Amino acid sequence: MTSLVASSLKAARVQQAWEVLATVLDPEVPAVSLCDLGIVRDVIAHASGLEIVLTPTYSGCPATEVIEQDVLAALRTAELGPAWVTLRRAPAWTTDWISSEGRRKLTEYGIAPPAPVRAGDAQAVVFFGRQPNGQRLVCPRCSSNHTECLSAFGTTACKALYRCLACKEPFEYFKPI
Amino acid sequence: MQSSIELNLTAQVQYLLRIGDTCLILAQRLGEWCGHAPVLEEDIAMANIALDLVGQARAVLTLAGQMEGQQGSIHDEDQLAFLRNERDYFNLTLVELPRGDFAFSVLRNTIIATWLKLLWARLATSSNTELSAVAGKAVKEARYHQQHSGDWVVRLGDGTAESRQRMTAALSSLWRYVPELFDTDAVDEAAAATGIGPLWSELQAPWLEDMHMILGEAGLAVPAASAFKSEGKRGRHSEHMGFILTDMQYLQRTFPGGVW
Repeated sequence: MTSLVASSLKAARVQQAWEVLATVLDPEVPAVSLCDLGIVRDVIAHASGLEIVLTPTYSGCPATEVIEQDVLAALRTAELGPAWVTLRRAPAWTTDWISSEGRRKLTEYGIAPPAPVRAGDAQAVVFFGRQPNGQRLVCPRCSSNHTECLSAFGTTACKALYRCLACKEPFEYFKPI
Repeated sequence: MQSSIELNLTAQVQYLLRIGDTCLILAQRLGEWCGHAPVLEEDIAMANIALDLVGQARAVLTLAGQMEGQQGSIHDEDQLAFLRNERDYFNLTLVELPRGDFAFSVLRNTIIATWLKLLWARLATSSNTELSAVAGKAVKEARYHQQHSGDWVVRLGDGTAESRQRMTAALSSLWRYVPELFDTDAVDEAAAATGIGPLWSELQAPWLEDMHMILGEAGLAVPAASAFKSEGKRGRHSEHMGFILTDMQYLQRTFPGGVW
């Protein structure tokens, strides 16, 4: 009986932690939460506290350490007891893990969400200049697909810079990885 | 001044340091472009590629330090990055060469990104699960770097007379350092025997295939193989290595343990 109570308490704490994590925003793309991005892989209740399992986006993403601090700060504020963060590198994070809710928020924020990652993408040689017109990105502001890539790299490791030739506005693209 | 660390060098540790140091030293060279690239977009690109490479280097050096621990003391990523003597760095000589002009840098990035893409793809099935996890991520980054820098090789090689002349000059300067990428020795054999990673000679055929495709698009002839063999990966470096280490190590040597 006691163990039953203990395990349901544990489950409740894990549930609360997920709710808190859903409010922690990505420091570099503050339109979406860590959960929307699919960075939070697991929440495990141990006797000694909560373990939050995160998967980093890019190897050198400078936000990784800030994200860890933000997670711990949010859990402290919610008074959920001792907590720590562990990093899980495998399987590697992919933009396919961004939720449909996350994609909607990105578009509203003015960032074109990533296209699906195709199998075998990691191997073939591709030239940026040779992408067929059918694959043109849709402008997150005016929905025109009359767009072009300005820069393969953008303001953060995860984005590229595009512009819309219809509404003339520049916009960012979350690179599929 | 902070003195150098003494490595507990095994074949496995050296195999990892060859990879981690290649990423680290190329990142340092790419960082030199910050504020100097021909256009802002490429300035950002160089810095972003450098950032990915630093991330990869950090993960691999951390792992190398842990493997050293099986022999004695453990070194962390910072000690390994900043407190070794020149002969204890095992990067490819190619990445320590001065950054040259933009054509030289994008061609070098293409050569290394293509090589790293193939290497990470193989390391993704490493017997070391931590290394395979790092590789699973890094292979995607390397592919993007290859795509970006390969595009520039095509654009410059198939561009104006000036850009073509510069790309041709870069190709002839860099090509003689390529054999080192595929030269197999006892370090590779030990790694292959334990399933840590492949013999580098196995990467040569697919690498040439990719390079033929890129250089072909650029209208550039693939140079003949060079008889010269550089040996940075065995700790015997070019005259440029000491200078780059002086830059990199100054802070940690002068203010031991200094952190941001």
